[in-house]
Amino acid sequence: MRIECPCCGLRDHREFDYGGDALRQRPAHNDTDIDRWSDYVFMRRNPSGLHREFWQHIYGCRQWIVVSRDTVSHQILSVCLASGAHGAGQGLERA
Amino acid sequence: MADASTRLGGYGRIDHGKPVSFTFNGRKMTGRAGDTLASALLANGIRLVARSFKYHRPRGIYAMGVDEPNALVTLNTGARTEPNTQATTVYLYEGLSARSQNCWPSLGFDAMSINDKFSRFLAAGFYYKTFMGPTRKSWMFYEHFIRKAAGMGEATTLDDPDFYEKVHGFCDVMVVGGGPAGLSAAVNAARAGACVVLVEQSPDLGGGLLNMPAGGKADRWIAKQVAFLREAQNVRILNRCSVFGSYDHGSFGLVERLQDHVFPPQKAVLRQRMWTMRARRTILATGALERPIVFGGNDLPGVMLASAARGYLNHFSVLAGRKVVVFTNNDSAYLTASDMAQAGAAVTLVDARPISPSVACARAEKSGVTVRSGHAVAQASGRKRITSVKIAQFDCENGTARDPGKVMQCDLLCLSGGWNPTLHLLWQHGGKPVFDDALATFVPGATIEDGFSVAGSANGRYSTLDCVLDGQAKGLEAAQACGFDLPDGSDDYPALDLTDGWETQLLPVWEVCDSAGKSQKKAFVDLQHDVSVSDLALAHREGYVSAEHLKRYTTLGMASDQGKTANVIALALLAKHRGQTIPEVGFTTFRPPFTPVAVGALAGHETGPNIEPRRHTPMRQWHLDNGAKFIETGIWDRAWYYPKPGEDIEAAYIREARELRKSVGVVDVSTLGKIDVQGPDAAEFLNRVYVNGWSKLPVGKARYGVMLREDGMVFDDGTTTRLSEHHYFMTVTTAGAGAVMSYLEFLLQTCWSDLKVEVTSATDQWAAVAVSGPKTRDLLSSIDSDIDFSNEALPFMGAAEGTMAGLPVRAIRITFTGELGYEIYTPAGFGEALQEAIAAAGSAHDLLMLGIEAFGALRVEKGHVAGSEITGRTTLDDLGLARMGSTNKHHIGQVLARREALTSSDRQQFVGLRPVDPKAVIKGGSILSEPDETPKGHGLGYVTAMAFSPVVGSTIGLGLLSGGRARIGSTVNVVDTVDDTIIPAHVTTPHFYDPEGEKARA
Ligand SMILES: [Zn+2]
Repeated sequence: MRIECPCCGLRDHREFDYGGDALRQRPAHNDTDIDRWSDYVFMRRNPSGLHREFWQHIYGCRQWIVVSRDTVSHQILSVCLASGAHGAGQGLERA
Repeated sequence: MADASTRLGGYGRIDHGKPVSFTFNGRKMTGRAGDTLASALLANGIRLVARSFKYHRPRGIYAMGVDEPNALVTLNTGARTEPNTQATTVYLYEGLSARSQNCWPSLGFDAMSINDKFSRFLAAGFYYKTFMGPTRKSWMFYEHFIRKAAGMGEATTLDDPDFYEKVHGFCDVMVVGGGPAGLSAAVNAARAGACVVLVEQSPDLGGGLLNMPAGGKADRWIAKQVAFLREAQNVRILNRCSVFGSYDHGSFGLVERLQDHVFPPQKAVLRQRMWTMRARRTILATGALERPIVFGGNDLPGVMLASAARGYLNHFSVLAGRKVVVFTNNDSAYLTASDMAQAGAAVTLVDARPISPSVACARAEKSGVTVRSGHAVAQASGRKRITSVKIAQFDCENGTARDPGKVMQCDLLCLSGGWNPTLHLLWQHGGKPVFDDALATFVPGATIEDGFSVAGSANGRYSTLDCVLDGQAKGLEAAQACGFDLPDGSDDYPALDLTDGWETQLLPVWEVCDSAGKSQKKAFVDLQHDVSVSDLALAHREGYVSAEHLKRYTTLGMASDQGKTANVIALALLAKHRGQTIPEVGFTTFRPPFTPVAVGALAGHETGPNIEPRRHTPMRQWHLDNGAKFIETGIWDRAWYYPKPGEDIEAAYIREARELRKSVGVVDVSTLGKIDVQGPDAAEFLNRVYVNGWSKLPVGKARYGVMLREDGMVFDDGTTTRLSEHHYFMTVTTAGAGAVMSYLEFLLQTCWSDLKVEVTSATDQWAAVAVSGPKTRDLLSSIDSDIDFSNEALPFMGAAEGTMAGLPVRAIRITFTGELGYEIYTPAGFGEALQEAIAAAGSAHDLLMLGIEAFGALRVEKGHVAGSEITGRTTLDDLGLARMGSTNKHHIGQVLARREALTSSDRQQFVGLRPVDPKAVIKGGSILSEPDETPKGHGLGYVTAMAFSPVVGSTIGLGLLSGGRARIGSTVNVVDTVDDTIIPAHVTTPHFYDPEGEKARA
């Protein structure tokens, strides 16, 4: 597989590390609700088809990125920096 | 043998003037430069080459390339032994030795051919039924014998003497296959300016054109294309190279055979090169493979694919038979018949179709071929080779041979049942095959995978002209898709018209049954795995309806040739049994590799000590010079112990650990993970990632911190030092460094992008030593430095920056051994100089070199947690660190650490263990149990670390014990299930030495 890093260009997947489901919502840091944290940590989507997932370009710019990938065909539809695309109040729209 | 030599003069593309000697089963033989082992064996009159896999039936050379199912041999001897090699793909070199496999005691007389007589007991699913059912246990007993009887060649257990390399390649257009379509595609893509890689598995370019008579129009055309490609700066030709795998996004696996065609020299050579090629566009010009027709006795030596017989004649100058029968259902075999007749063979062509193609038939008859339309070969006979066939009228409605038929003597039977495009690379990649009724085979669909195109006979084009034109079009199209403009004119590169296309349609014939419509005995579909039509019928009767199940149950298509001659026929026969069409039956999954790949090529340089890169600290040479023994710890090589004469590891580490508590020792801790944390929000950041608070840490002070994972388990620990207002220096464990760094980056780049903090890995930038022991201050004060090491100026957990022996350093007063100690950091390039400066000063202070074995023993005595306790399954409280958790701020893992299961009182807790009998030895990994119970399952916990403690005077252990803290003062059994020993031990606190920490504060 090859991933188009927004900083470094088209690179081989072995330069990247997988980071899992990018649609899960991290609760606010001061949230004390155990269910919301459990959801965030343990409940991951694992679709057959279009998925949005975190990758980190560990042997490159070390940026965390969000890759929209079809888990059946491995086709990659888009890649963007994870920066600002995630976290409290700034969720990704659900694909 | 009377017909020992079948080599003709004046034919072929081999070098008749260059004899090459080789041995086959110990017999000396001579071939010619340019021969394959198969062509040389045929030229020497060898017909019986191997015994089959299951029934040990005699088998000969069947094909001419990678589709060969029968002629598997073992090459060479000793460390270069290579079993299961197709004789058809080995190029002859002086001194080659080959031997038959799967036969005992000899190829001619094979005792195991008795299996053939009992073949009805060895039918489909025999192994499953016999050994995997109720009698499964008998497998244990029989496996050895069966593996011996039904095996392939034996691999050597010696180390591979040669070496292999891996390289990466990039191109605009990759053309796979150097036949008429591939050459045209490569030339035209290159003319447009694209960067082209042309891959050809054979030594020579030309593909199927090389099977035509030498010296004609085709050869001149090839020469012109090749000259252009060799001249072009934007073309790389990889010959003797196979594309074995097709992966995502235009990635391919290629193996280039650099030295397989030359005699293995004494010294190691670069034998093969594995390419990972990334192509923007890929043109598959991979040709088509001929398929046979199935009937009784179709596996005898002397039965051969028609195109192979033609190739052996026209390429290798070998006439494989004098009395030849050609059996076909399509036009292509007429060329074989004509060429062989012209070379002097008596040829009868049997065409299953009622009407022969008029032009091809006239040409064949003019060459002396007897053509019999509407007939079929019903049966082949002979013992160790074919001697006759039965030819009968063919009933094409029912696929049967009409009685009575007529027996005809022959020494070669050539088969053509049609052609299957070689589309493995497309199908490996998920391409969906489409069945073409006219060609009776699978072809690429109307829309194919992004980035691929298919040209030539791989695309179902069966005349040379069509292949060339298709290749030209696909080459230009691919270049255009990569953004290149079309070149002007194409007059210089004309097409090649050999008027060799099909005049009439093929008649699908998969199997010739007897007049009653029954399959014949010994009618094989997959020759390499001995799968016959009756095995397929049996599998069908037993309910194996899916093509995938059929494949696994009968093992059809699962041998080293991957069923290249068998698969489509098997699907057709399954369709017949099920009363369905072939596309309804479906298709089995194709997986890499297309052809076998040596494990050595996949491993490349990554063998032995090079299996992964080793990391060395900057002081490695100093350690080596001073007698250190090294140990691998994860990716690092670390100084393990420094033996005095006569000392083993045990004696050395105990001495080092004992001496340190009396004097001063130094250990290399450069492997610690180091992260530079800077920014106005750095303190807030640390507050969030560590369980303890950082707001009040003054500049010039260090603090021990513990991090949790999001799920509440302990993640990592280490010290962080505040160097200035907004600048912190974090250390993390050697093993955890990568994961911690990635996680901190994740938090800052995603969830906490509002925090003004930057983290930078500084692990490689800093070398570090830990100096500790009661005499440490004396030692450090004797080194020229602007740092005051006194207790007042640099108290416990204090930090200072300055110079030592002229080197820039950071000194932090922390200790892992429990003694007075400092960690001293210096830029990596000065690491060795710092080590030397300390060692030079140390000679006056009895400086002790401490390896990590003793360092680990001292931490066990001191009861610090380390990697063996921070397992990802332990909480802060399990490790006795609950009091560190700050409650007046939020930190990672805080909420989920409150989960019920993580707070129960019977969790395994961190304790010390001291044997009741001081002479007893506690072993790491032992299970802990109640004193009066035999342990069940995982017991009450386990020993995480052990060492001999000079302070205690016995071995001591650290462990995780269920409800451990409440058990302090009681005893448990330490059970070693490997040595079967049980040692009673006192449960203690983990802190065996100076529990109040007074020494470190001295
Ligand atoms: Zn990058």
